[in-house]
Amino acid sequence: MYGKGLRPLSIATVAMLTLSLSLVFFYAPLDADQGFIQKIFYIHVPLAITALIGFVVGGVFAILHLRSGDSRWDAYSYVSIHMSVIFGVAVLITGGIWAKASWGHWWVWDEPTLVSFLIVFLLYATYYPFRYAIEDRDRQARYASVFAIAAGAFVPLNFMAVRMAESLVHPRTFGTANGGLPGEMMLTFLCCLTAIALLWVTLVKFELTAKSASGQVKRLRRALDAPAPGASSRIAPEVS
Amino acid sequence: MNAFAAILGKDLRAELRTLQSLPAMTLFAVTTFVIFRFGLDRTSLSGSLASGVLWTTLLFAAVLGINRLFVAEREEGGFDAIRLAPIDRTALFAAKAAALVVYLLVLEAIAVVAFAFFFLDSAAALPPLLAVMLLADLGLAFAGTLISSMAVNSRARDLLVPLVLLPLVVPLMIAATGASEPLLAAGGPGYERFGTWLAVLALYDLIFGLLGYAVFDFLLED
Amino acid sequence: MFELLAATPALPLDEAGKYVAGAYIVFVVLLVVYVGIMAAKLQRIERELRELAGFAESRANGEKAAAEPPEKVGA
Repeated sequence: MYGKGLRPLSIATVAMLTLSLSLVFFYAPLDADQGFIQKIFYIHVPLAITALIGFVVGGVFAILHLRSGDSRWDAYSYVSIHMSVIFGVAVLITGGIWAKASWGHWWVWDEPTLVSFLIVFLLYATYYPFRYAIEDRDRQARYASVFAIAAGAFVPLNFMAVRMAESLVHPRTFGTANGGLPGEMMLTFLCCLTAIALLWVTLVKFELTAKSASGQVKRLRRALDAPAPGASSRIAPEVS
Repeated sequence: MNAFAAILGKDLRAELRTLQSLPAMTLFAVTTFVIFRFGLDRTSLSGSLASGVLWTTLLFAAVLGINRLFVAEREEGGFDAIRLAPIDRTALFAAKAAALVVYLLVLEAIAVVAFAFFFLDSAAALPPLLAVMLLADLGLAFAGTLISSMAVNSRARDLLVPLVLLPLVVPLMIAATGASEPLLAAGGPGYERFGTWLAVLALYDLIFGLLGYAVFDFLLED
Repeated sequence: MFELLAATPALPLDEAGKYVAGAYIVFVVLLVVYVGIMAAKLQRIERELRELAGFAESRANGEKAAAEPPEKVGA
């Protein structure tokens, strides 16, 4: 039963989001360097951290899938990666907005974390055509798990390499991200991180519930010998 | 004779006989150098430009070879043979990766010499470049074999390898070009962070080698 | 609590404000688009269930009719 616990989870997410946004705009102090623009940090960085952890979680589910052969893990892996890609889009857009506000360009190559994230995103974007190209369902699930594991191992390696490549002469970072955060900012940041992480979990559960419902409908259809409908997804794993 | 040596020997002999990948890879690389000469409008390269042109070309030439790595297995039932034989299936992974390393080394032997001939003032950078290439080739071979073994069983075979492999080898390329750039500097080879970049390459090789070793069995299941 | 609110500046509608608003709006829009897509999926599930329920009912009725003594139906 995938829908179980969805309600309390959603309520917690909404509460946390409301609290976090209130803290961002009414509690957190103004940054000395970047001023009001720094507030983007509170949405951009939690989205990025959550997306990256989501990718790694997708890899963990993939390992479980290969070890157990249970296709449910493949569905969890797929949805985790799918959700993280969507969050990734938000990361890149908000990152671009922050870059434009800070330095006047929509994209900068010497912000290592943003560039690393772009590369990770590009890799995971290939997950869909990769799955689509493999027709046999079982094989598709297995290969997708291998992909998710390789990509999960790739994430830390990539961040390290990009950071090393950054010019030591002129490192640009999104200021407060690394340096000591004053207490109020840290509290606000942690609340935002919790809120976005809860959002990710809620949406993943939501998606799995919807897939499960579709799976039950298919099962019912088969049991009733009713005529089959049009095409269903070639890549999204079925949950039943 | 163990399985690894048997498969490796078979592959190398087949390539020697049919020459299906190597000439294409090599010609591709050399022609691409010519295109770069005109595209960049330069007759000599150094530093980051040289490093970039060299590694980009080698990478794309490698993709040509990686695309063809498992074609014989797929067409002639080699996968079934491996499944049925009482051997460790990861021997196939190791053998194919080793074969790919050999192809890449042969490619580089010719292409890098051509590159030096076309664009470089001196060959002083070539020996340390060899160290970089050995480590980079290993990483490229592990990642390439992994992706190729999956792509060969799919529909868009030739598209899948470049699509998935390219982002996957970005850290490798960053390290390879990072090490090569000071080596190809105009004034003579420099060794800034050479050790560090080699360490990154070695780390990449280790991770993807272990990964391939760990998951290859699952790829061969039917 | 009120001191806090009094100390914070009113939302500056200068350049910085626009970018910050833009970033948060992007987040909200993506969320709403996702909800919209899920709503479409839910609609489809509802439609299919309705169809299947009708199918099951008509089959159940048909069986019931077959179990009763058959009436004289025209040739």
